[in-house]
Amino acid sequence: MKQRAAVLGTGQTQHRSKRADVSMAGLCREAIDRALADAGLSGDQIDAVVLGKAPDLFEGVMMPELYLADALGAVGKPLLRVHTAGSVGGATGLVAASLIQAGVHRRVLAVAFEKQSESNAMWALSISPPFSMPVLAGAGGYFAPHIRSYIRRSGAPVHIGAIVAAKDRRNGARNPYAHLRQADKTTEQVLASPMLWDPVRYDETCPSSDGACAIVLGDQAAAEASDQPVAWIRATSMRTEPTMFSGKDNVNPRAGADAAAALWESAGITSPIDQIDAAEIYVPFSWFEPMWLENLGFAQAGQGWRLTESGDTEITGSIPVNPSGGVLSSNPIGASGLLRFAESAMQVTGKAGQHQVAGARTALGHAYGGGSQYFSMWVVADTPG
Amino acid sequence: MTDVAVIGFAQAPGERHSPATTNGVEMLVPIFGEIFKATGLTKDDIGFWCSGSSDYLAGRAFSFVSAVDAIGAFPPVMESHVEMDGAWALYEAWLKILTGEAEIALAYGFGKSSAGNLRRVLALQLDPYLVAPLWPDSVSIAALQARAGIDAGLWTEAEMAQVAARSQADARGNPKAVAARTGGGTGDPGGEVAELLSRPYVADPLRAHDCAPVTDGAAVVILASGGRARALCDRPAWITGFEHRTDSGSLGARDLTVSPSAASAGRAAGAARAQVAELHAPFTHQEIILRRAFELGDQVRINPSGGALGGNPMFAAGLARIGSAATEIMSGQADVALAHATSGPALQQNLVCLMEAVDPALTGRRLSAR
Repeated sequence: MKQRAAVLGTGQTQHRSKRADVSMAGLCREAIDRALADAGLSGDQIDAVVLGKAPDLFEGVMMPELYLADALGAVGKPLLRVHTAGSVGGATGLVAASLIQAGVHRRVLAVAFEKQSESNAMWALSISPPFSMPVLAGAGGYFAPHIRSYIRRSGAPVHIGAIVAAKDRRNGARNPYAHLRQADKTTEQVLASPMLWDPVRYDETCPSSDGACAIVLGDQAAAEASDQPVAWIRATSMRTEPTMFSGKDNVNPRAGADAAAALWESAGITSPIDQIDAAEIYVPFSWFEPMWLENLGFAQAGQGWRLTESGDTEITGSIPVNPSGGVLSSNPIGASGLLRFAESAMQVTGKAGQHQVAGARTALGHAYGGGSQYFSMWVVADTPG
Repeated sequence: MTDVAVIGFAQAPGERHSPATTNGVEMLVPIFGEIFKATGLTKDDIGFWCSGSSDYLAGRAFSFVSAVDAIGAFPPVMESHVEMDGAWALYEAWLKILTGEAEIALAYGFGKSSAGNLRRVLALQLDPYLVAPLWPDSVSIAALQARAGIDAGLWTEAEMAQVAARSQADARGNPKAVAARTGGGTGDPGGEVAELLSRPYVADPLRAHDCAPVTDGAAVVILASGGRARALCDRPAWITGFEHRTDSGSLGARDLTVSPSAASAGRAAGAARAQVAELHAPFTHQEIILRRAFELGDQVRINPSGGALGGNPMFAAGLARIGSAATEIMSGQADVALAHATSGPALQQNLVCLMEAVDPALTGRRLSAR
């Protein structure tokens, strides 16, 4: 029997290119301390810790949770380490939620981080062992053909990506933790930035960030005991498919569509665009906003770009997407998914400050990873439902 | 809480130098076939998949992504991965069944330990700023732990050799143990200990027989919820305790002669009730530490499979301990079996799984939510 679970508090670091002022332990601790303070709890009230991050080669530390056990406050407690590629932040939140939903623990801390400045992500992605499929280093180069395919299939105007990028950078300027804060960014400026991987321009790609995110989750009793507003987890969903196979649809992958369908059904949502007030969607390259709007069922296939073009995905629009500035404004890879989940919780608890969507009561957190093959998502709301 | 049982186990034969790639597929496909044949299940019956592996062992980022190819994951599946031994993947799978999101779940672990210099690779698990740059390798750290216990009068090199002799003898009866195919030991425990102690040190006070062989391998375990387990398995191994804890990552902050995390997890799971125990002890003295942490008496059979000293496929060996202990129940050899998995330097992180033959629906002995 699944137990109710809720987000009791969230915390995140100042995301920057290089956080040379802190170690990995210090980076995690910055997010954890903020999450505990937000939840009004102390570390000794935490039953278990779940750590997520992307490949260990990104920092050059094998299974860093072992060395971080003290900094995470995990000594003497259960400590799990999740790794599901770029979706790992989302998966970390979901594993932490399942510890409560299973009835095993009452309060669980989920932490995710990446400190890209410790090593070299391009090196980490470029190793090509014998007889193994290469990872195809450089995510932009990997995803650009999928975006071109989307443009061809949908007939979207070529400036749609630039609209997304300018919007997310302006949103990032409202977020005090964001790495990139560009309040005056315009679509024209994005279109004037250098082309990196046609059609992805410099301004349309995510930054490389050092950063961490932490979430405190609790069971129903812990949620009801909180004197803070909490975000109730209404539904969770995960799906995986292989990287490459005959029939793979990289524009509209079935794993994402299946995960979304299961999510909406579990949450009792029949029309996502009408029933979701804010969406934090994993958009590392601008064009993934319209692509994922379609994959998630906010729009029919080929129609997602119209929501972007009409301004419906602005903070004031009908379906605000990434009011925090999203991955395009901060990308500590392993934490990027958990940031989406945390920001969705902040929206329904009214804690999103300058990037608060007015009246948000139900929100989506979404992450994807690998070659558009790992999907993690949840729906949170201001009531348990 | 929902009753959950282990209903199937398969493992790849341990190898010193597997020709397989580091992504596990070649080792996993045959054992998926084996476990499906034994249980009568197909991949479509699996409601949740979870794997354990390490990118550093594989020498590449995202190694587990390729392992998904062994599943045949289309239509898409509900799936997750831990950068830990597969025993912790099984723990996540157990959670999924408790939530009601899955009735049958499969966990697997794989590791090609021979792909690099294992003891140096594992040095990268240490504090990256202050300790790892000195490259203290895993065998040397274990030797420091063994020396600390000898100096404290807690065990002797002869007692360590006795663990090795018993494990070698048991491993010879396990066709999946790498030791079974590479020989070793004389079969006479009394004479063998004296002979073992005459051999040279690898890292004083550890000799070769004190250290698990570098092993390539994989393991898979299937869990099922109460009703499905009863229908699928004559004698399911019911999980009545499943706990894990970690100790500090700072070696200097720990008393290396004991394992508080193992003791705490063992107490919570009821480990002392076991009749047989499969302990994941990659070094002989660590078995002694674990037996004491779990308060296991002399009547408890330890590692009838030969344990990690018979074969220690990284990221699969802990899961294989659970599978081996569950097999003791499923085959009728035991009624209460303990399995243990470890991770990190010098037994830093420990997991225990207690399994029983008696159906919890009959006894009411089941896990309770806390």
